[in-house]
Amino acid sequence: MTARRAWLTGAGLLLALALLAPYLVMLFTALKPEAELRSSPPRLLPVAWRPGNFLDVLADAGFQAWLRVSLLIAAVSTLLVVVAAAPAAYYTARHRFRGRTTFLLLVLVTQMFSPTALVVGLYREFFELDLINTYTALILTNAAFNLAFAVWMLRAFFASIPREIEEAAAVDGCDRLGALVRVVLPLSLPGIVTAVIFAFIATWNEYVVALTLMTDPARKPLTVGITSYVTAYVQHWNALFAASVLAIVPVVILFALVERYLVGGLTAGSLK
Amino acid sequence: MFPAVQLVRASLGRYSITGLYQGAVGARNYLRLAQQEALPAVVANTAVWVVAVVGITLLLSLGLAQFLDKDFPGRALVRSALIVPWAASLIMTSKLFVWIYDYYFGILNHALRSLHVLERPVDWLGDDRTVMGAMIAVGVFVSLPFTTYVLLAGLQSIPADVYEAARVDGASPSRVYRSVTLPLLRPALLVAAALNIIYVFNSFPIVWTLNDRNPGFGHDTMITYMYKIAFKSALRDVGLAAALGVVNVLVTLAAVLVYLRAVRWREQDA
Repeated sequence: MTARRAWLTGAGLLLALALLAPYLVMLFTALKPEAELRSSPPRLLPVAWRPGNFLDVLADAGFQAWLRVSLLIAAVSTLLVVVAAAPAAYYTARHRFRGRTTFLLLVLVTQMFSPTALVVGLYREFFELDLINTYTALILTNAAFNLAFAVWMLRAFFASIPREIEEAAAVDGCDRLGALVRVVLPLSLPGIVTAVIFAFIATWNEYVVALTLMTDPARKPLTVGITSYVTAYVQHWNALFAASVLAIVPVVILFALVERYLVGGLTAGSLK
Repeated sequence: MFPAVQLVRASLGRYSITGLYQGAVGARNYLRLAQQEALPAVVANTAVWVVAVVGITLLLSLGLAQFLDKDFPGRALVRSALIVPWAASLIMTSKLFVWIYDYYFGILNHALRSLHVLERPVDWLGDDRTVMGAMIAVGVFVSLPFTTYVLLAGLQSIPADVYEAARVDGASPSRVYRSVTLPLLRPALLVAAALNIIYVFNSFPIVWTLNDRNPGFGHDTMITYMYKIAFKSALRDVGLAAALGVVNVLVTLAAVLVYLRAVRWREQDA
């Protein structure tokens, strides 16, 4: 049995390496000096390691602007998502009302829609509202497309909290709002954290809407901005990948924290 | 919902090259769309792209999920590694693969030549014969994590005593897999397939980035073709792009309906 487990561990390590290999190429390229990018034959590891690439990127005014935009867009749209989703989720979890099934079905359908198929319509909408190149447009779009996931996710959490606990709080002299804030919110905290992290990452990684709506270089988020490190005229692959590593690492850590709740939320209404 | 309304309205209108609305033209945009020379190739590309990515992903994920369902030291590490392609921004992963596939400086050609798999380097993203395969490989790579996690959740919901009973009845491991695991995994498989079809059909960054250098629409899917018509090509034709956009939305909607049927939504919840 131990031999079999050792074999499985070996296979697991190989598998992990295969999954991470491309990102190791990213990391090592990010650590290469400019001159080594065009060495032939190509090498995996840098000859002269240059961690300074990361400092250069961090000091780059362009990168700082894109980072600010990404943080702003992601933070505000995440806030909107949670503020709008939490009451809707709580209400549908606690009350039965006419059209509740239809409402949840509609939410589910919007969750499946990516903004990509609608991007031409989105562009027309914001063009006619004269909101092209504004943060408002990007924040609203991201919030709208992440709302459905948050509603489903939170609904499941609220529904799992027994009504009796709220009633017990009422007996102990808590008013409804007090029970909500002191009992329900703490108990559903994992759900709220998951919704927040998921909405934040989805906005952080969003590309096609930002590419379409934001044409002003200073107002682009990271995903769109960093592509200007490698164009037909300049090829700073090391800078591109240093910026990518900086953008990816925090997101992977956040993602790992909520991974066990994500699958249930993304396959909403199906697997239990 | 409002962008959808705008999309339908735009698909029925005519626009100047600067985007000014010039009045309704009825269904003419749809007729023009059907006459586009590139359309048959684009539709065929889309079919190949979706079927190949979803099919290969499901097969590989079945194996991966089975593997991760076992208990062994280091399993947590594999699970963490699986998160990376899922969490990383698709555009950054796509750029990364452009670099890995690079004809002169890419590590892939070098590695394959060192291993004597290739005699001479391949222009993965510039050669008409390899570009679709190269894109599909990246599509599978980024679709694996989510799919594997869904199937893993499905596997873990199968009670252990079912396996016990099958073993008592004297079923061989492969027989157990075919007669017990696969049928019980069916709901999870359907969910994974339907959601992947939706995601992969709507996928933009991979095809957009890896096919960047190639002129024309020879390797575009319906999504990137629509984008090029609207914003990039000499056409800059909002009406035409919107007509294709409506078609794309209808395709997605059809997939969503299949999904809802697959999970028998009404009975299950609410």
